[in-house]
Amino acid sequence: MKLGTRRRSVLALGAAAPVIATLGACGNQPGAGDGATAWGLTGGAEEAMRASFEAWNEANPDDQITAEYFANDAYKEKIRTAIGSGNAPTLVFGWAGATLADYVANDQVVDITESTSALTERLLPSVAQVGEVDGKVFAVPNNQSQPVVFYFNNEVLQAAGTSVPETWTELLAAVEALKAADVVPIALAGQSVWPELMWISYLADRVGGEDAFQRVLDGEAGAWSHPDMIRAAEMITELVDAGAFGNGFASVVADAGADHALVSTGKAGMILQGSWIYPEFLTNAPDLVANGDLLFSTFPVVEDGKGDPSNIVGNPANYWSVSANASEDAQASATAYLSEAVYDDEHIDSLLAIGAVPPVAGLEDRIAEEDDPAFLDFTYAMVRDAAHFELSWDQAIPSDQAQELLNNLSRLFLGELSAEEFAAAMDATL
Amino acid sequence: MAAPALIVFGIFAIVPLFGVAALSLVHWDGLGAITWAGFDNWTAAAEDPVSRNALWLTVKLTVLCVLFQAPISLLLGVFLAGRQRYRALLATLFFLPLLFSSAAVAITFTALLDPNFGAGSALDIPLLTQNWLGDPDLALYVVVFVIGWCFIPFHTLIYQAGTRQIPRELYEASRMDGASPVQQFFNITLPMLKYTIVTSTTLMTVGSLTYFDLIFVLTGGGPGNATRVLPLDMYLTGFRSYDMGRASVLALVLVAVGLAVSLGLNRITGANRMDSQSEGS
Repeated sequence: MKLGTRRRSVLALGAAAPVIATLGACGNQPGAGDGATAWGLTGGAEEAMRASFEAWNEANPDDQITAEYFANDAYKEKIRTAIGSGNAPTLVFGWAGATLADYVANDQVVDITESTSALTERLLPSVAQVGEVDGKVFAVPNNQSQPVVFYFNNEVLQAAGTSVPETWTELLAAVEALKAADVVPIALAGQSVWPELMWISYLADRVGGEDAFQRVLDGEAGAWSHPDMIRAAEMITELVDAGAFGNGFASVVADAGADHALVSTGKAGMILQGSWIYPEFLTNAPDLVANGDLLFSTFPVVEDGKGDPSNIVGNPANYWSVSANASEDAQASATAYLSEAVYDDEHIDSLLAIGAVPPVAGLEDRIAEEDDPAFLDFTYAMVRDAAHFELSWDQAIPSDQAQELLNNLSRLFLGELSAEEFAAAMDATL
Repeated sequence: MAAPALIVFGIFAIVPLFGVAALSLVHWDGLGAITWAGFDNWTAAAEDPVSRNALWLTVKLTVLCVLFQAPISLLLGVFLAGRQRYRALLATLFFLPLLFSSAAVAITFTALLDPNFGAGSALDIPLLTQNWLGDPDLALYVVVFVIGWCFIPFHTLIYQAGTRQIPRELYEASRMDGASPVQQFFNITLPMLKYTIVTSTTLMTVGSLTYFDLIFVLTGGGPGNATRVLPLDMYLTGFRSYDMGRASVLALVLVAVGLAVSLGLNRITGANRMDSQSEGS
């Protein structure tokens, strides 16, 4: 019977349809209603953000802002289609970098240089700058600075007869000592790949200074095969070959915290991760923290490197931008909120209370009043004194290049690509 | 009578399909202007080693999935078709994975397979303490195993039902002729299950071709590109690299391959004639 065949082909089409449908399914969320709206992220500093909006709405019934919160990955996918289809919320949560530049190039966000000057002049300059495109402010920070920090389990280091490494040579020596003591020298969540970015970013900076990555940002031909960048990639291969990350790093997932769990359980000696994992140590290894055996430090100096040792990488903060598609009233409410309520006294308090340091100048005294000021003080000084705060590479470059970078970087760590092959593959994306 | 189904199918399958076909001919990053690309996306996808590898991996995954799932489901299904009470109890246990969402299964397996904190190190069994999801040579097989763990129960159910449909008279007659259980399996059960095998295998094949969520959560396509199958490659290209044109090309390739495989399976096995297997008809 011929009909059978046809029905089957229709069935097969149906089986493939959901996959295709996901491509076409763009969000139809009405964002540009009457009042101002905002989309934020769940987790992290969500509580502080909620409290800030609630306080604002109570004090300003005429300028209410309705906020919704989404999980990280879901948000990243949703916001782009929402903005592309003119359905963006008034306040757009973001990471600045290439995505912000994209929004600006497509006139999707408005210039808020003047309307938020009351806020921007109180900020740490290295963090405020990231929200600027061509000298104009298009985004202002809305939560804490998130520099990447080197953490150490001192019990493990001492048992192996080593200490916090301050130079590349000392780092290699510490790796050998920890390996001899039969622990994983450095915990790394290789399956998540983005923690590997922290390594190449810091190494490239320490070897070649901020110029190493600036050449990539400028789209200079051959930026990735510059000798400094190749050297940084070679150092990664050296670390992997030395067994610095153990054998199973490519199975370790950061989302579940399997990387810092290695350090808090004493199975690994060190970890390079964002400042946002510190609260996890407080929860999972309170004794370690209380005994003063959780140490933290900046990234080691590379001998003969051009980088300023105060340079840091990470997320300067997350940012608010104001959508160009919102009504003028909504835009006015949003900018009023940004200049008056972001990092007001209550907001700063609620951030400090969760161990998050806002990028506002002159906070030293307030931090000293907190219960556990050591880590807050350390990260605050790190951000305040940084000669250069480099935005995470995957946010800084356009998303198609960022995907290639994550892909090639994971292959560099797996040993599937040599430093030169990595550089050549990345040069092809410029 | 078919009108409502056709309308729903038209809106949710045919219209998006044409939309994707149109998208495959443009450059669009989801944000800026849409510009005409002609066949640029097609040639770029054809030359991209990552996408070519993804297509090859998809074929490999499909073949491995069918080879792994089909025999086990068939044997389990035939075994569970028996009416003994202990088999009913076992059946309840075997069908449990059907109730779990694939995201939950993937997260659980990621935790179980973790080389540092997983089942292997907890039970202190070195054999289980492998770099399961982190070794490019192992990861795909682990993925095949986990997919099998999820879907074998479903196919077992199909085979169990299929086996129970076989008229008992055939077994009774063959027993009188002195056939052993093994002979009965090969000469009665297997031939009578022909269309069940076709259905189950088609579902397995098309299912593996479009398999996404479990792999996405389990490995995210890694390590390196070791498990970056075509649907995952399409997703990452579309929603991480924001290259909608290229992603649409990959989507169309998937549709074409899926259609070809499913039609091909029907043609080869002769299931399109759909003659009845019951006695007397």
